[in-house]
Amino acid sequence: MNALNKRAAGLAIWLLLLGMPYWLDWVGGYTSLGSRVLVLALAAMSLNFLLGFTGVLSFGHAAYFGLGVYGVGLTIKYLVSNTLIGMAVGVTAGTVAAAMIGALIVRLRGIYFAMVTIAFGQVFYFIAYRWNSVTGGDDGLSGWQRLPIDLRFTTVDILGNDKAFYYLVLVSFAVAVAIMAALLRSPFGRTLLAIRENERRARFLGIPVDRHIWLSWVISCLFVSLAGTLYALLNNFADPHDLRWDQSGDFVIMAVLGGMRAFWGPLIGAAIFVVLQDYVSSETTNWMSFIGLFFVLVVLFFPRGVLGILQRRTAP
Amino acid sequence: MSLLEVENVSRHFGSLVAVENVSMSVEAGELRAVIGPNGAGKTTFFNLISGFLEPTSGRILFDNEDITRLLPARRVWRGIARTFQVTEVFPELSVRENLRIAAEVAAGYRLRPWISREADAEVSARVTDLSDMGGLSDQENRPVGELSHGDQRATEIMMALALRPRLLLLDEPTAGMGDQETYNVTQLIRRLHRDHNLTIVLIEHDMRVVFHLADRIMVLAEGAMLAEGTPQEIAANEAVQAAYLGKAA
Repeated sequence: MNALNKRAAGLAIWLLLLGMPYWLDWVGGYTSLGSRVLVLALAAMSLNFLLGFTGVLSFGHAAYFGLGVYGVGLTIKYLVSNTLIGMAVGVTAGTVAAAMIGALIVRLRGIYFAMVTIAFGQVFYFIAYRWNSVTGGDDGLSGWQRLPIDLRFTTVDILGNDKAFYYLVLVSFAVAVAIMAALLRSPFGRTLLAIRENERRARFLGIPVDRHIWLSWVISCLFVSLAGTLYALLNNFADPHDLRWDQSGDFVIMAVLGGMRAFWGPLIGAAIFVVLQDYVSSETTNWMSFIGLFFVLVVLFFPRGVLGILQRRTAP
Repeated sequence: MSLLEVENVSRHFGSLVAVENVSMSVEAGELRAVIGPNGAGKTTFFNLISGFLEPTSGRILFDNEDITRLLPARRVWRGIARTFQVTEVFPELSVRENLRIAAEVAAGYRLRPWISREADAEVSARVTDLSDMGGLSDQENRPVGELSHGDQRATEIMMALALRPRLLLLDEPTAGMGDQETYNVTQLIRRLHRDHNLTIVLIEHDMRVVFHLADRIMVLAEGAMLAEGTPQEIAANEAVQAAYLGKAA
């Protein structure tokens, strides 16, 4: 029964996402707002692979998100006029950096791990912020844009057609999310749950904990840098703020807000975050205080997040 | 040749001497109890064998190979499994999931991003066996954190057993249990030892359990070995009575 409910909920989510460009106008949204929700949801779900399902808190995921952002921007601006190659470069840059930094910090735990992730994240931020001649510094990297994708038999105009771009995002999102979901149902995924639940027990079952945390970290950062590339393409712009620690904090807020023990939780969190930001920021520049207030209320009264409440309701 | 050979190990924490020059030799198929008053260094001694701590000096051989400085996970791969004084399980996961994780690691699947139907069926059958053996089949789909203390302990022991160990280390398996639970866990350990010919070393405070189960007993006091022998020899040993049994009685 429960498994059936889960499957129905999953199907409903995919149908809603598939039709989003068509029903979003109806409720007062617009297509690129939907793309934004989906991109940030991918980032938050990637973070949650590590946070919710391995039990490791990173406050530095914006670094790898930002490497995706600048990877695609710099490639299209300076190297090749090809969206997909730009994305590949962005994802590779983020993943390679994560693999190297992860190897250095993976033995740290809890607050020490979180602090070091911030520190490494800020290194990338300052590079983007200071290296004016290449990155555009504080002004960000402009003067480039996403380009139509040539599939030989047809061309997908993601530049001129917002809906086409939305579906590029949706396809990337679907592939990434399907891979993460499959991993979490695998023996490897269960070792991650084991580490989250009880690291000591995991170690004395013969799981080399540091190595598995490193793998989880790299997988998480790979998908967050994919989200970064899509974010840059969405905005046709790379902003140094995308690399900064408060961007990492936003991802954590989205995951916790939606419910970090639920696979779909961060999607809900990202949707609430982005929609609140969109509506409230048109009324007041203090939109972050509304998000902050909402966040505090959720954490105080519903520590399992918005989806956590719904799940408890439907539980027998 | 014995399965486990501990040679003159010591462990110091700064100026505190937790274990001093202790040796122990355990034969395959033996059930050895380690007893001693609180603070005698029993758990530290266990931690040295399982790799939770490294000894300050001395050597530990398992199946003739030096494991003194091996990481815990690598000792598990060689066949040493342990339980803890305070039960260590995965509280939010079900009994089956707890056992499944152990069984999959034991089968060498820990890095697999997918699992074939046949392998999955094999693991499931193994989990069912373990759950039955531990008397847990009635509640195998409940989160372990919701079970009674005794059943959590049984889950932990069955997880260790899922690893197909050659040596099982049990740190106070009946700690904090009532009479019925103590009896059940004692019977479980006895079955594992007799029916599966498993080599077991256990720390225990409950003397009924120790004298009921153990082939041989080692007594630690203040970090050093006080005596070693069969249950009869230990019961008759005057130094042990003075240091330990006398105090308890």
